[in-house]
Amino acid sequence: MTSSVLDDLKRTQILELLEQGKRTDGRAMDEPRKLVIDTSAVPKANGSAKVTLGDSVVVCGVKIQPDRPFPDMGDKGIFICTAELLPLSHPSVETGPPGPDVVELARVVDRGIRESHMVDLSQLVIEKNKSVVGVFADNVVVDYDGNLFDACAYAATSAIMTSHSPKWEMVNDVPTIVGDQDTPVPITTIPVSVTMAKIGNHILVDPNADEWACMDARITITTDSNQNICALQKGGTGGFTLDEVVKCGEISVRIGAKIREIIKQAASNGQ
Amino acid sequence: MGGRESDMVLLDANGIRCDGRRIDEPRRIMIKAGGLKNADGSAYIEFGDNKIIAGVFGPRDVHPKHMSDTDTGILRVRYHMEPFSVSERKNPAPSRREIEISKVIKEALAPAVMLEKFPRTAVDVFIEVIQADGGTRCAALSAASVALADAGIPMRDMVAACAAGKVADTVILDVNNEEDQAGQADMPVGYMPNLEKITLLQLDGVLSAEEYKKCVETGINGCKLVYELQKKALQEKYFQNGGQQN
Repeated sequence: MTSSVLDDLKRTQILELLEQGKRTDGRAMDEPRKLVIDTSAVPKANGSAKVTLGDSVVVCGVKIQPDRPFPDMGDKGIFICTAELLPLSHPSVETGPPGPDVVELARVVDRGIRESHMVDLSQLVIEKNKSVVGVFADNVVVDYDGNLFDACAYAATSAIMTSHSPKWEMVNDVPTIVGDQDTPVPITTIPVSVTMAKIGNHILVDPNADEWACMDARITITTDSNQNICALQKGGTGGFTLDEVVKCGEISVRIGAKIREIIKQAASNGQ
Repeated sequence: MGGRESDMVLLDANGIRCDGRRIDEPRRIMIKAGGLKNADGSAYIEFGDNKIIAGVFGPRDVHPKHMSDTDTGILRVRYHMEPFSVSERKNPAPSRREIEISKVIKEALAPAVMLEKFPRTAVDVFIEVIQADGGTRCAALSAASVALADAGIPMRDMVAACAAGKVADTVILDVNNEEDQAGQADMPVGYMPNLEKITLLQLDGVLSAEEYKKCVETGINGCKLVYELQKKALQEKYFQNGGQQN
């Protein structure tokens, strides 16, 4: 989403409004956009969620299958989360290998969930050092309206929470499905990311596309169910003061708790 | 965090860490400005067992041309690890991790560099990790900042960087490789010491709200230590009698 002359003009307007304590879409500074989560989006996946955050739309599907463990993690299952911008999501998106922005998006979304230890990987071992269960949460961005970090994180978290998988055992050295009862993925906590933009000296929760295009810097903070901070990423070419960073931490805990309730509700509807 | 189980004692009863440091003590840091003949500016840093070279070219013509900006210069950063820099050979092609680190280092340097003075040009920063030992992105950012100053590119401030983290439920300064693998949290911090702005900040690992604040403060203190060494490196190159300008 490269910046344009139009973005410069919008920035002037957005800044003028911010000086009066207002945002272009009428939200409060710490107010995220409407979040809608549909956890019945892809029935053939082990779990899924279609998340609408403002006009950003993300679909996440979870696939669960046996895999070889990482060499130094033979007693842990595998968790991998990806994110991709589909060419139909915005005119500036091209096909081909992902650029640095998309690589960062995928890695930040993955890190938030991974570092919270949401999925209990120790329960996903079929045979130590030989075969483990892999949980793959793949996000695709269908429509773009800013703040894909949170949209993808909410989609992945909701999809994992509603995921069910068969049980595997080693039969003749091959992981084989046993029984016909699917069980939920073992979950220890619900990570929630909150992304904030800094425009001028203002901190805005959940920036929309216009705010995203003209922000000076951004910060994404993920908190877990115990109100601990478990992952953080600063981005953009501006800087934050210590006070701002601490304030953003407080906002992420407070707003994250509200969003966690929405995710919980959506996940319980989907089960 | 890797969260790998390990027998290593990360913090003993006397508050001494696995490599003999106190909790607020950084590793040995050596920064040298210059060193490369062809680059417009360069720097070499040893940060514990990390060994990193940074080279700067520019402001110069932008290739490919469509990347140039008529309003401002652009900053391009490549962070790259040599295949032999880590214990298992690393594929020399840029990994997703290196792409992300290149991006966060670029965004950490950008606020300090007066790119608007050089429209239609590019400043290229190349960072090569010769040996890695945890905390490479902080060491790389600190070296890149000195290399930019060595290239004579106008800057608003230096960017110094140092990580803070948590091992054995204690907030520590400058996380080494073992602490990164087995510890509880790692928070790299990049900081402009005169403008008091944090320009790089990442975290993985679980922290309470108080630990989070303490970690950022600890990181900033580390950055201030690094900043003194960055100044010293430039003084040693440009004012040979220890900073006294004659």
